[in-house]
Amino acid sequence: MREELTVKSQDVLVKVDRVSKKFCRSLKLSLWYGVQDVISELFGISRSKSLRKKEFWAVDNISFELRRGECLGLIGHNGAGKSTLLKMLNGLIKPDDGQIEIFGKVSALIELGAGFNPVLTGRENIYNNAAVLGFSKSEVEEKFQDIVDFAEIGDFLDTPVRNYSSGMKVRLGFAVASQMEPDVLIIDEVLAVGDMGFKLKCFNVIDKLLENTAVIFVSHAMPQISRLCSTALLMEAGKKKSLSVNVSKVIEQFYGKFDIKPIILDKAGEILLDKFEFKTDVVEEGIPCFSHLDNFVLDLEFIAEEKYNSAVTTISVLDKEQRPIGICFDRSGLDSGVSQRRKDGLWHHKKKLTIPRINLSAGIYILSMTISESFRSKPIFKLQSFTKFQVTSENVIWPPIEFESDWN
Amino acid sequence: MRNNKSKYQLYSSESDILSPKKLVQGIYSGFLDGRFLGWRLFVRNLSAQYRQSVLGYVWAFVPPLINSLVWIFLRGQNVFSVDETPIPYAPFVLIGVILWQVFLDSINVPLSVIGSAKSMLIKVNFPKESLILSSIYQVLFNFLVKIILLVFVFLWFDLSFTINTLLLFVGGFVTILFGVSISFLIAPMAVLYGDMQRTILVVTQFLFFLTPIIYPKPRAGIAGIITQFNPVAHVITTTRNWVTGISVESIWPFCIVFFISIILFLIGTILFKIALPHLVERIGS
Repeated sequence: MREELTVKSQDVLVKVDRVSKKFCRSLKLSLWYGVQDVISELFGISRSKSLRKKEFWAVDNISFELRRGECLGLIGHNGAGKSTLLKMLNGLIKPDDGQIEIFGKVSALIELGAGFNPVLTGRENIYNNAAVLGFSKSEVEEKFQDIVDFAEIGDFLDTPVRNYSSGMKVRLGFAVASQMEPDVLIIDEVLAVGDMGFKLKCFNVIDKLLENTAVIFVSHAMPQISRLCSTALLMEAGKKKSLSVNVSKVIEQFYGKFDIKPIILDKAGEILLDKFEFKTDVVEEGIPCFSHLDNFVLDLEFIAEEKYNSAVTTISVLDKEQRPIGICFDRSGLDSGVSQRRKDGLWHHKKKLTIPRINLSAGIYILSMTISESFRSKPIFKLQSFTKFQVTSENVIWPPIEFESDWN
Repeated sequence: MRNNKSKYQLYSSESDILSPKKLVQGIYSGFLDGRFLGWRLFVRNLSAQYRQSVLGYVWAFVPPLINSLVWIFLRGQNVFSVDETPIPYAPFVLIGVILWQVFLDSINVPLSVIGSAKSMLIKVNFPKESLILSSIYQVLFNFLVKIILLVFVFLWFDLSFTINTLLLFVGGFVTILFGVSISFLIAPMAVLYGDMQRTILVVTQFLFFLTPIIYPKPRAGIAGIITQFNPVAHVITTTRNWVTGISVESIWPFCIVFFISIILFLIGTILFKIALPHLVERIGS
């Protein structure tokens, strides 16, 4: 056990130690500070650790370690400091405080096709791009055919790159980049473009690289993060909000930062969701909680005109990215529960929705509801993201559903 | 890939100048690793430039020719008068202007190479010394093209080639070294502020007239003193004298400029290395 530990710690490839970086909000001042900084560095004065006028910490006291074979997912809102951190890791800019140690060769997939010139042909640009990425001449020649095969640009190889479609340009850029053999790989959202087939191809390359590489991956696409990463770091306003090997949990925390605002579309007063209540005793931070495989019970009360007594209610469950997870219909009509006619002629309906042994995995889910006159007809009442609830489980996983299963 | 399996990088807030050994090693390996990239960037810029042009290399000849013809014409019309030149005025001006263009090129090319690499600088970590190499390749290439022009000037005016004519390469080398060094010294400022580009334009125009290009070296008066302290004047007149077989009074001013150029080149390279992370930080998006 002890031996294993020492072997592992030897293989730490990235060591980020209390790294901070400041930025300036005003362009004029920023340029002037730049001049000052260059001059003080020339005279051997190291970067000052205090803020000047209009400066702020874009990255504030971030520390982590990354070993070979690990992948760190970097998540956070726009402007949280992710890109700045990446630039420091890539050696483009220097930290203002703390230090970064990197053992081995670093490659960055931050921009595909760097060094491309649109007037030149794909063939020439393969050489340009490869040279920028640090290949030597013989290496490019050796890998040239692989690059061309990977890019699948076929007859366009000797066509100027400006006549390429944007997808072809990306493919060519990635084809060159995929030939790199780094120890540390930095990826910034480049995989967001391209068609499905190409994306899968990219993932295959990254999967292959992952075995022998320490990867730092920035993306806003949480499925990608959860698929690739072994650790996740959530940044907020430059600071570390959370860092854990439980990637799903960090992602949940990230989603917790968004507030859902309900959208209500209804025909004025004809139907109204009067009240709703989750039947559970556990409430965390104002969100009702159910345990995984508990019965999910929701009480609903409607007020509607008589002509809608047999209307069909649909409730759908969405995840935090607003993707639908599941749906259930009530075809029995609004009046199938406890209903009574009020003095003003409108009807009051009480309904109870039960989803037995709900198999959603741990996480926060959102409910939307529509009511239509008959099954599958146009909705007459719509409540989007009107409430949320939480499912708790010992097992925090990425997929939204964990089936009840028998293995024999 | 860069052939370093056991590569180790330490990024900290400490000034690079405090670890001079590491700094010099970094610059050295930057030049070494940047050779292929420097060459590719040069080939790329050159082919892109000429692929979108019908007249191509003719453009290398036109500016010095037009510039010289204007002066030759004006003097022929007695609009202004200069002292008698040791060789006929036309080749005298042509050779001077061509050498001046080599100097101008050495200042402008690095700045434009850095300017066009801006988007790459803020996104990709590549050996920055490749930009220095690429600039030098391009300036040398332009110099070679101008030599062709010089050969035509020699043939046209029936000037005699001597062994001294070959000293053109020494003169050209020092001109280029001096210009490129100055360019890399001002490059950090030019990246940050647009004022720099304009300043260069004004200063070089001014300098053109203060340098004995369209007139022979003044011996007395304020002009003589200014020329004495004008490094470009020494380089250009010495080179022109060598090329055309005029005797050179003293080689020392030229040697001093050569020496200063070497120092400036070293300082420029170090400054460029140290300043770049700051520049990327300030221009980065």
